[in-house]
Amino acid sequence: MNRNLVQRLGFGLLSTVAFLTVLPILLILGYIITQGAPAISWEFITAMPYGGMRSGGIWPAIVGTFYLTVGTAIFSVPLGVAAAIYLSEYAADNTLTRIIRLAIINLSGIPSVVYGLFGLGLFVFFLKFGTSILSASLTLSIMTLPVIISTSEEALRAVPQAFRTVSISVGATRWQTIRRIVLPEALPGIITGIILGLNRAAGETAPILFTGAAFFLPRLPGSPFDATMALPYHLFVISTQIPEMPFQIQYGTALVLITFVLTMNMLANFIRSRARARRQW
Amino acid sequence: MEKDLSLGEFIITRLIKASGYSAIVFVTLIFYFLLREGLPTLGEVELGNLFSTRWYPIESYYGILPLISGSLIVTIGAAMVAIPFGVGTAIFIAEIAPRWAREILKPLVELLGGLPSVVLGFLGILVLAPNLRILLDLPTGLTALAGSLLLGAISIPTVVSVAEDALDSVPRSYRDAALALGATRWQTIWRVTLPAARSGVLTAIMLGVGRAIGETMTVMMVTGNAPVLATSLASLFSPVRTMTATIAAEMGEVASGSVHYHTLFFIGMVLFIISLIVNVTASSVVFRQKKRAERVLS
Amino acid sequence: MKIVIENFSLQYQDGTESLRNINLEILPNAVTVLFGPAGGGKSSLLRCLNRLNDLADVQKMAGRILIDGQDIFEPKTDVTALRRKVGMVFARPVVLPMSIRQNLTYGLELAGERRPSKLDEAVKRSLQQAALWEEVHDRLDDPAIALSGGQQQRLCLARSLALQPEIILLDEPTSGLDPISTGKVEASLQELKKDYTIILVPHSVQQAARTADYAAFFLQGELVEYGDGKELFTSPKEKRTEDYITGRFG
Repeated sequence: MNRNLVQRLGFGLLSTVAFLTVLPILLILGYIITQGAPAISWEFITAMPYGGMRSGGIWPAIVGTFYLTVGTAIFSVPLGVAAAIYLSEYAADNTLTRIIRLAIINLSGIPSVVYGLFGLGLFVFFLKFGTSILSASLTLSIMTLPVIISTSEEALRAVPQAFRTVSISVGATRWQTIRRIVLPEALPGIITGIILGLNRAAGETAPILFTGAAFFLPRLPGSPFDATMALPYHLFVISTQIPEMPFQIQYGTALVLITFVLTMNMLANFIRSRARARRQW
Repeated sequence: MEKDLSLGEFIITRLIKASGYSAIVFVTLIFYFLLREGLPTLGEVELGNLFSTRWYPIESYYGILPLISGSLIVTIGAAMVAIPFGVGTAIFIAEIAPRWAREILKPLVELLGGLPSVVLGFLGILVLAPNLRILLDLPTGLTALAGSLLLGAISIPTVVSVAEDALDSVPRSYRDAALALGATRWQTIWRVTLPAARSGVLTAIMLGVGRAIGETMTVMMVTGNAPVLATSLASLFSPVRTMTATIAAEMGEVASGSVHYHTLFFIGMVLFIISLIVNVTASSVVFRQKKRAERVLS
Repeated sequence: MKIVIENFSLQYQDGTESLRNINLEILPNAVTVLFGPAGGGKSSLLRCLNRLNDLADVQKMAGRILIDGQDIFEPKTDVTALRRKVGMVFARPVVLPMSIRQNLTYGLELAGERRPSKLDEAVKRSLQQAALWEEVHDRLDDPAIALSGGQQQRLCLARSLALQPEIILLDEPTSGLDPISTGKVEASLQELKKDYTIILVPHSVQQAARTADYAAFFLQGELVEYGDGKELFTSPKEKRTEDYITGRFG
């Protein structure tokens, strides 16, 4: 057979495959938007659910996801960025560092439901934090850690070595160099990583199932030791646990959740590409 | 002043170093708690029961084989979706697509990776399963197949980005040399680029499959949750239940410290060990590894 | 004697470039040139003088380096103070990602200087000494990266001068510059040597001959010959020095 014909057939096949891969993504988005949009109203966003959650809004779930995300950030951002600084600026190329890297890769591969088990064992029972925002946030933090560490380390390593040498040569200490030169230059990349990591945490359900998620709460959580509703868990509940749930509320909830997640993703990409365009090195 | 500065620096440096070791601490802690809560089951449930084919905890049947087989069949199905579509898309993006197509495809695939799994599960219940039922004339659409299709979709972004990285890192000169010898671009892809990126593409597949095994919410929502031993690929068309879904569905209702509780932790331990093996193997493949952790978080 | 190097040896972990038993005395208020083929150990020696080598993987080090009679490798040495006293200019102009002014005040601020008048004064003085003031005095707050290569390298020189060091180390500072910029840098060096001790690794033998008050010829980690610049380049004592200067190798 003519090899140019083979090439044309092959290219055609692969472009079809790529097209078939992304087509469902567009369909999913389009479908959720068209089905969910009619449900969106000021009341839907800001009201408490009532009538067995078959009426009203999703406010407590939105607030809960916000609390969980902030809680996750409080623990995972300082720890993750500091660990990235260690790996990029301090760690020698030795066995210990290789073990740390292996541990990070492993953390990133552990199934989310296993994080849930761990959070249940350590935070809920052993440390007696109960089923609470605190337990859930801590669980999500550890799950988010590898994302923040690896993206931040990458951003730190991208800062030219020469800046460090010059800074040291005019009498800066290592930490002064990190704080005044390396961190500011790596900041957009670090922020991008943080947003991507927290975004992932905000959309997760399995890790909070037994550590902090509440089926239904008549009021907003009042302290970190309260359980909370959360958007992804709420979507799970209303699509599997409640019979005769109006479709509109389900699609509306799904739309709010993906809008939140996709906006954060776009924000992260925007920060990354703007920083790349502005970069002076 | 100078003294304060160096004291502050001393403390900060210590904190940074301590944080650096945190990943090791957490992996150890996770494993410890899984062992602590999961191992007692070996003393409480006879091995014959534990490795039997009947999972019915209310009557003290703790056979985990149906759950393992459920995970296995859903994962095999997911791999059959994710490998051709993921690797194919990666080749298309890295080797064939014009610039404009690449700039559309890459963000779209990333977007799929960003979708919460519960959203896919939700659509699986409302859209995919009913259509599968009608299309294939099944008693229910909530089957291993529905789970496989969605898990495949969830694994695709991981496969695409790792495989594309591997293809990208094949030196330009390899391709130039092949083309200079008169090979077509198609021949170059199949005989030069793809073989050169082989280990990276294998890593991509492994990490994608690893993600599929660990995925929880989607499978819990769409696979029908029947703990029946899957014996052949025909089981794709019937309801199954995976290890992850079992933990997620039942942990909420068990008493802490009960046999059932310990057994669920035991299943978690098995999952942990599987992910450990997958990730250690994948990371031992020599290949650009820096972005890995970012992608495979499941 | 400003700097005394005694029986100094150095070896890196990866086995590249090393120094063997160097003895050298460097005089103040003069340009001392360290020259020779690549890999001879000139840059390594330079980087030892302000202990920038602390960052590298040094396997073995022996001997002493005294600056103003103080052994700089003694544990009680304040390394950051040493680096302020011994300024350095690198082969590639590396300006920090900030404004021209901030590039100059960065080191001073780290040293605790906050008074605006002192900082402004240092900016002006250092730019004048590096022959850059005329070109940039009206745009001190522009990003330093916007300067041309030659201007950037003079800014780097000014950056070390802003700290009022006593010694300035220059590691092939003109290797990437055009002849006019090179001329400007060389001219500033002749001015600066009145106040500073200057140690230069030149990027060519010609530059070595043009600028050297004293010259030291390094070959494969060994100091072959050291002496008055004029004499060394016109009538070298060692055969190897002569071969290198006349272009027979290197």
